[in-house]
Amino acid sequence: MNGVHDMGGMHGLGPIAPDTDEPVFHADWEKRVLAMVIASPTRGNIDAGRHRRELIPGPDYLRLSYYERWFEALCAMLVGSGAVSAEELASGRADPTAAKATPRLAAGDVDAALSRQGSYLREGPAPAFKPGDAVRARNLNPVGHTRLPRYVRGRLGVVERAHGAHVYPDTHAHGGGEDPRPLYTVRFTARELWGPDAAPDDNLRLDLWEPYLERA
Amino acid sequence: MAHDHHDHHDHGQDPPSDIALRVKALESLLVEKGLVDPAALDAIVERFEHKVGPRNGARVVAKAWSDPAYRERLRQDATAAIAELGYTGGQGEHMVAVENTPGMHNLVVCTLCSCYPWPVLGLPPVWYKSPPYRSRAVIDPRGVLAEFGVTLPAEIEIRVWDSTAEVRYLVIPERPANTDALDEAALAALVTRNGMIGTARL
Repeated sequence: MNGVHDMGGMHGLGPIAPDTDEPVFHADWEKRVLAMVIASPTRGNIDAGRHRRELIPGPDYLRLSYYERWFEALCAMLVGSGAVSAEELASGRADPTAAKATPRLAAGDVDAALSRQGSYLREGPAPAFKPGDAVRARNLNPVGHTRLPRYVRGRLGVVERAHGAHVYPDTHAHGGGEDPRPLYTVRFTARELWGPDAAPDDNLRLDLWEPYLERA
Repeated sequence: MAHDHHDHHDHGQDPPSDIALRVKALESLLVEKGLVDPAALDAIVERFEHKVGPRNGARVVAKAWSDPAYRERLRQDATAAIAELGYTGGQGEHMVAVENTPGMHNLVVCTLCSCYPWPVLGLPPVWYKSPPYRSRAVIDPRGVLAEFGVTLPAEIEIRVWDSTAEVRYLVIPERPANTDALDEAALAALVTRNGMIGTARL
């Protein structure tokens, strides 16, 4: 979706304000939001989680802080999955007739679970491109989730590395299964993306799935 | 900015913010329904406050500087080389180490959200997650670096890595001059978080 989250290349969003010595969290509630997102029964589909945050209306997305966005998306996913009803969320009280669940993650299992090495690599179709191939990012404008940023659509690049088939976010975010597709690191020159005023030797690399690309 | 960062070291003299109350209410509800274990939430917070952070990445960098065989393994398969040091888990599933050279500087961003290599760098700083950095790192990396106090001559190539998939990037800065006598621990102490994102030179 062409949402405000896809902000690569925009101007006017303010100064960066680096803070070299900032704490991990800036308020106690941020800690609880992070932990609830990780422990939530809705955890498990990273693409659906990202898409839920993208669905926050643009003006709100820009106004909210990072953990506020996470909180809004968590509430929406809890209700959307049926884990919590809208009435429960509004009242803060559990429906007394609902069965009590068992937490997905117990305290003693946290470090092992969070250290477990997962992978998004899957058996999948053979790659159509190889390193060195010239490709063009397709001009696609899906209304759903995609990881093809607007700033590379229609632009020419070169495949630099093939990563094998990875879980495909555009399908996975919408409950359509993992649908693995070949993933590539694609190199674009800064001038191809931003025009003749860009520094001649600067370049960018993005990881793009095969359906985002066509042979050039 | 819209961030409303109350100082929470004042022992409750300010009333809690609306968001703090809503978060507390949600946690109470989830605990009451048996959906989360509050002790597990404490353990998650403890992990990211005290166990996982940029000191992990600094150890990877220092080892790469001092052990050529390790550096080669990092080039071939950074995920496995980083796992050798015990750094594994979510947001580190597919690691790639990118090495700065005298003529080339790497800069990492996630324009679409805030992807970041958690096992080696911990949770990202606010600026990394913010719209100003996400928007401009790709179109004006030299201007962004200048805001971090880094000015690169025009002849140094800048490579920007936009983390659009589940591959995560760790910048290996150049080893500072006159550090031959330092052991890995002393070298690791020289490595900064921003150096491993690419918004600092060491």
